[in-house]
Amino acid sequence: MAPKLPLHHPVEQSSTASAGGQAAHSAPPRGLMRWLLTTNHKEIGSLYLIFSLTMFFIGGVFALVVRAELFQPGLQLVEPEFFNQMTTMHGLIMVFGAIMPSFVGLANWMIPLQIGAPDMALPRLNNFSFWLLPVAFTLLLSTLLMPGGGPNFGWTFYAPLSTTYAPPSTTFFILSLHIAGISSILGAINIIATVLNLRAPGMRMMDMPLFCWTWLITAFLLIAVMPVLAGAVTMMLMDINFGTSFFNAAGGGDPVLFQHLFWFFGHPEVYIMILPAFGIVSAIIPTFSRKRLFGYASMVYATGAIAILSFMVWAHHMFTVGLPLTAELFFMYTTMLIAVPTGVKVFNWVATMFRGSISFEPPMLFALAFVVQFTIGGFSGLMLAISPADFQYHDTYFVVAHFHYVLVPGALFAILAAAYYWLPKWTGHYPNLKLAHWHFWLSVIGVNLTFFPMHFSGLAGMPRRIPDYALQFADFNLASSLGAFLFGASQLLFVWLIIKCVRGGEKAPAKAWEGAEDLEWSVPSPAPLHTFEHPPTFRRDENSA
Amino acid sequence: MSGGSYYVPPTSKWPVLGSLALGLMLIGFGMILVHGMNGIMMAVGFVALLTVMGLWFRDVIKESRGGLYDDQMDRSFRQGMAWFIFSEVMFFAAFFGALFYVRTFALPWLDGEGAKGVAALLWPEFTASWPLMEPPGDVAGPREVLSPWQLPLVNTLILVGSSITLTVAHEGLKEGMRETTRNWLLVTVLLGLSFIIIQGVEYYEAYHHYGITLETGIYGSTFFLLTGFHGAHVIIGATILAVMLLRILRGHFAAENHFGFEAACWYWHFVDVVWVGLFLFVYVF
Repeated sequence: MAPKLPLHHPVEQSSTASAGGQAAHSAPPRGLMRWLLTTNHKEIGSLYLIFSLTMFFIGGVFALVVRAELFQPGLQLVEPEFFNQMTTMHGLIMVFGAIMPSFVGLANWMIPLQIGAPDMALPRLNNFSFWLLPVAFTLLLSTLLMPGGGPNFGWTFYAPLSTTYAPPSTTFFILSLHIAGISSILGAINIIATVLNLRAPGMRMMDMPLFCWTWLITAFLLIAVMPVLAGAVTMMLMDINFGTSFFNAAGGGDPVLFQHLFWFFGHPEVYIMILPAFGIVSAIIPTFSRKRLFGYASMVYATGAIAILSFMVWAHHMFTVGLPLTAELFFMYTTMLIAVPTGVKVFNWVATMFRGSISFEPPMLFALAFVVQFTIGGFSGLMLAISPADFQYHDTYFVVAHFHYVLVPGALFAILAAAYYWLPKWTGHYPNLKLAHWHFWLSVIGVNLTFFPMHFSGLAGMPRRIPDYALQFADFNLASSLGAFLFGASQLLFVWLIIKCVRGGEKAPAKAWEGAEDLEWSVPSPAPLHTFEHPPTFRRDENSA
Repeated sequence: MSGGSYYVPPTSKWPVLGSLALGLMLIGFGMILVHGMNGIMMAVGFVALLTVMGLWFRDVIKESRGGLYDDQMDRSFRQGMAWFIFSEVMFFAAFFGALFYVRTFALPWLDGEGAKGVAALLWPEFTASWPLMEPPGDVAGPREVLSPWQLPLVNTLILVGSSITLTVAHEGLKEGMRETTRNWLLVTVLLGLSFIIIQGVEYYEAYHHYGITLETGIYGSTFFLLTGFHGAHVIIGATILAVMLLRILRGHFAAENHFGFEAACWYWHFVDVVWVGLFLFVYVF
């Protein structure tokens, strides 16, 4: 069932032809204007990726401020007020500025290549989606310089911390989220239209690479929940500036309403940040195992099941807020149910490798680390799903450990794996494999040194979002801080690697990895600016059944 | 699936200018709210955004009339519009969700009912009711609420009627009867305008005679946000239909190929359906 290279593929034609809409166009603008005005999915993809890498380092510096303060007990480096702004901005920047845009960047680059499309379905809208982001995040970051400081209420911005007791800059924070949300919705619409409408002739839905499937479902989640977030922050805006009572019990509203609205967005949001990662790993593991993906169809159905369940679990973030017992039970069971389709996925990845001819190039290393460490994060998630136990874990470092395991060695490692996997296609050069191995091992050690001790400090009762802590947590925090700085520093290696890879290195052929089968490996490396202007005829591998 | 002539547009300056205009408008709005600045920045951003949208759509119309789009492009536009409307549905769902949550859970709990009735300790005197005339804390409630069977009923008839007149106009276009289309589209736009005017009158009544304002507790909050965002969508929809009317007058749209017109119809019907939900759950029940 998995996609195969077409047997009669017009590679030469597609890379040189200037037919279709491109024929009439004058020479593209150069310099800055090229990037400002582009409608090309590869250029916009690169913009997304560069933007998200920038945000990754900004959010990373905020995290290091937090870890530096927590290096030892007591208040040393920053004021508690500023500490709160750092934890908040770290979360917001990483979620909305780093992880999400990097997946959109990968989608932009790879989905048209993987389905044999000439570009995204709506190229100008694509450019609009991207250029909204710099506006949104410049505004968001500028709140740090405003009187009263930036957002200080945690990335979940619970009312009334984010309404009654919020700094004046919160209004700008809300508006920046609106802009970022519009960007996400328009980007998601574009991806859905592309996947549903622009597949090469002969490619059925069930022939698509899994990355396209996971992104299709992710895009649906984005369109379903980003507007709910927009509604929630609009209510905040009204409560702050116009005296409404949405989250004010004195007027008949309810602060808990905010949490419901936020997590109705927030839980699908965490799958928005992991489903594309599943797609990436499902491309990389078969390639380097030189085997077809085990259980392609079950992967698709599992992704769909996760997406549907994601709308029915949101209140597991709110077990301690005082829900009725029936709600506690309902959300506990639905949450545990998610382990089933997720387990299907992990099983399939392992089964793909079973009796494979495995090699350990950097993309595979990151993908393998993803499988192991994401599973750790999944298991701690299962622990947190148990409502009575959650009363102990809630708002401790155990939660911080859990979601960082699914987001850093989970989502982020998948993004790094994708970068190493597709860099030859993007630049025409292999990345420096030796340096990449260094990057991998330093990252794995750094990440686990940072986040594994948080399980222990959390179970022992250390609360999150606190700049000072009791002495018994000192050793765990020391390890976490050392690990964080190691992890942060080793990402500089990644930047160096990318720069070197763009400038030169070992030349990559069209099919850069021996076991790679998807359509993107049929176009030259580096992929020319315009590909598939005449759609390839997609041929299913008949042996696959 | 790809047919081989998919139109990939050349570079365009509208998207990046549009994002700057949107940023300017929203930052200008924030400056009014936070720093009490005047509205010039927001107004400039708003005008710039409208201009960019106009010029962007002009390009699309030119390309469409230039025959650059094929059936596949048409499907992309359909997908785009359909999912955009779905996102709008979810935006309204957030406000309807808030309304239902408050009425079903928050207020009864504040009154001491059910599993979380301990919330009644906050304001022991409070009695839950909907419409909430007396909020529990130091927030003044509305004096009186609007009857659904006066202006809201008129507005319901207007909007439902406008959906029908729009369908007549659309059928006319499909049959090549352009005069029918023009006349009924004009009627639709006028109905949309009268809806907006009546809604304006109702807001005036609410503020000046009924004492319903944004600050009168959760009733005023949900009432104005739901009807307000809906009203904003009616204004947008009527504007779109007015543009369609201009395009009809200029001879645009073929009997078999007129997705711009159809998309405007979809949007208008969506606005209509939201209103029916509003009429039922904000006014009647």
